[in-house]
Amino acid sequence: MKSYPESMMASIRILEATRSARAEEEIPMLSLKERQELLQRFHPDYREGGRREIRMGINQGQRVPNELADLFEGKGFIKPEEVDLGRPKEEVDVLVVGGGGGGASAALFARAEGVRTLITTKLRFGDSNTIMAEGGIQAAVGPYDSPALHYLDTMGGGGFENLPNLVDVLVRDAPMILKWLACLGVMFDRKEDGDLLASFAGGQCRRRVHSAADYTGMEIMRVMREEVYQRGIEVLEFSPALELVLDEKGRCSGGLFINLDTGERFFIRSKTVILATGGIGRLHIQGFPTTNHYGATADGLVIANRAGAKIIFMDAIQFHPTGTAYPDQLLGLLVSEAFRGWSAQLVNCEGKRFIHELETRDITSSATIREVVERKKGVQTPAGMRGIWLDTPLVELKKGKGTIHRIFPHLFHRFHTFGIDITKEPILVYPTQHYQNGGLLINENGETTVENLFAAGEVSGGVHGRNRLGGNSLLDIFVFGRRAGICAAGRSKEIRMGRPSLDHVLEYEKELERFGLLKREIKSPCLFPDYRYEKALTRAHQ
Amino acid sequence: MIIHVFGKRYEVPEGLTIQKAMEYAGYQFIRGCGCRGGVCGACLTEYRTPQDYRLKVALACQTLAEPEMQIAQSPFIPMHQVPYQIEKLGGRPNVLGEIYPEIYRCLQCNTCTRVCPMEIPVMEFMASAIRGEIEKVALLSFQCILCGACASKCPAEISQPYVALLARRFYGRHLLTLPGRLDERIREIGEGKYDEILRQLSRLSREELSGIYTQREQEPQDSSRWMPKNPDFPGNLLRKG
Repeated sequence: MKSYPESMMASIRILEATRSARAEEEIPMLSLKERQELLQRFHPDYREGGRREIRMGINQGQRVPNELADLFEGKGFIKPEEVDLGRPKEEVDVLVVGGGGGGASAALFARAEGVRTLITTKLRFGDSNTIMAEGGIQAAVGPYDSPALHYLDTMGGGGFENLPNLVDVLVRDAPMILKWLACLGVMFDRKEDGDLLASFAGGQCRRRVHSAADYTGMEIMRVMREEVYQRGIEVLEFSPALELVLDEKGRCSGGLFINLDTGERFFIRSKTVILATGGIGRLHIQGFPTTNHYGATADGLVIANRAGAKIIFMDAIQFHPTGTAYPDQLLGLLVSEAFRGWSAQLVNCEGKRFIHELETRDITSSATIREVVERKKGVQTPAGMRGIWLDTPLVELKKGKGTIHRIFPHLFHRFHTFGIDITKEPILVYPTQHYQNGGLLINENGETTVENLFAAGEVSGGVHGRNRLGGNSLLDIFVFGRRAGICAAGRSKEIRMGRPSLDHVLEYEKELERFGLLKREIKSPCLFPDYRYEKALTRAHQ
Repeated sequence: MIIHVFGKRYEVPEGLTIQKAMEYAGYQFIRGCGCRGGVCGACLTEYRTPQDYRLKVALACQTLAEPEMQIAQSPFIPMHQVPYQIEKLGGRPNVLGEIYPEIYRCLQCNTCTRVCPMEIPVMEFMASAIRGEIEKVALLSFQCILCGACASKCPAEISQPYVALLARRFYGRHLLTLPGRLDERIREIGEGKYDEILRQLSRLSREELSGIYTQREQEPQDSSRWMPKNPDFPGNLLRKG
């Protein structure tokens, strides 16, 4: 593989010529007013036609991305009359749906309470956005940091709309979660003196992100996966949920699943259910590429909406400013925010910066879109994709030779495979769909508005307001995974189970038909994105 | 160009990864596809190219398809994993050999290193494992994504990914230390030191909160000798009312 084509090398020479002057340049942060204006003009959330109102059901009146609304109006897989709810395949106390960090931690803490716990997951256990998290996990443990500053940063990042009760427990639990992970054997980065290393993410007034190189999520997930195995918790892989099951009082009582290897459909009866099914990235909101895992298709939102769970902030989608724009094979993949935390700069085709690199993600993405689309100062790839440079060699210049190998071995390896040496050459980036800021409305214990249905992680919403800070997602999955696991386990000891039913699914579909909304051609939940044939070819989504 | 998936011939455009080439050919993956970014190990694939006797191993999402490539996915490798409780293993320097005694069967053939798609020096860390050098195993194996390529080819039938995982967890739990500051912060939170300030913050209006937010003092990039001008922030503002 060779490096960049000559057309792009010319632009790199311009960037190199301004590097030493830029290295010491100070750019001010934007005021709150400037931030709001930038968002309204350039953030994809504000584009006309990207969202529409839900016209029926519990979430009637809320606006969500069209791609999600389509699934809400799609046709379910199961004909309820074909399913025998009298013969569950298993009966458990806590059923965890989803095998990422949120699901694994929920199961571990539920199991520790001594109740029967089962994990089901659509792909392999561990296949999730957790495993792809590069930057790290926030916890206010620095000498000049505090949970109050973490609270302020999080609220400001979310546009001050975050639910305060959720942010409160997020920042309080953070140091304890960090210790819990370290004691499971997660190798968090240390400084030379052995102290914990912390770095910046956008929107943080203190360095607070704890990392395991740029493999943080992978390092955590491989440890958790083994811990779940060692605690004897059963995991059903390749078994996605197709519906939730309620009882006559509308309380969640289990789920319907499909074994993807055999096609068998089965009912798991449970006293409580914890949804930890992750996000929405693979629906490709507004045609954007995504950093997300193959399975991120909003399945949990879809079945919980049918079961009557309220959602919040689902119109707020996070576009990560530094998605890969070249080479085409890596389009949309995440380039860690930690690069900017370690002094890498965003640079346009004239070799100039245009935004402070530690602004929050929504702001940085909007500024990048402005730079490329309105000001025409992007750099074009041979495939027609346009982006701006992330000047990674600056990290070596400012933080010392060898820093990239030490802190970013994964990204070094990934680009090296395609002939690009990121210690010497910059990376071309453009915003990419990264995270659903909202989700199922939960309280401090992860309870949704449906009794005995809990949610943890990306599928839930409220804690991040309208824009999540870097490092708060790895934190939130464990804070609310743990809380949901403990609360569900406690609840399951008090519950007398009712008669399981899928009536809500039938009623929901009837209601869709009555409104003339039912889309029979759309299978819902989605389960897998379709990239077959021409869809496999890269398109530039601008 | 032509590729062969499980022996079947397909025409696909050049320049696609093996994963995307298979999708172009019409595959919708269930097994054998995960993060699509080279960190999950789901898309382990074996292949041969023309005029080359060697059987190669790669991640389908990170490797370009080539003309006349013969492709077979290996989405699941059974591996040997021993249940243990990491907190109970402290003070056992020979823990790797005790829990995975098969490591002594290593033939030093270097096949593991050769097939590792992450370019990890697997044989080297196995030699360290045999010598009980836990830290070295932990550091050398750090990029392991547990795809199982090494384990599938090992003539000594060792599951290197799980030996390495044990070494890393032992290192993280028992050999690295945590700063006293972390326990101190956890204790402070438990004792309610931040209850009052968080309660006050949560009761502020949006305007009041954003007013305080904009007065935060930004820690600089080089903060080795930095101290905030007002270490009491935002408590000082809240007390003023």
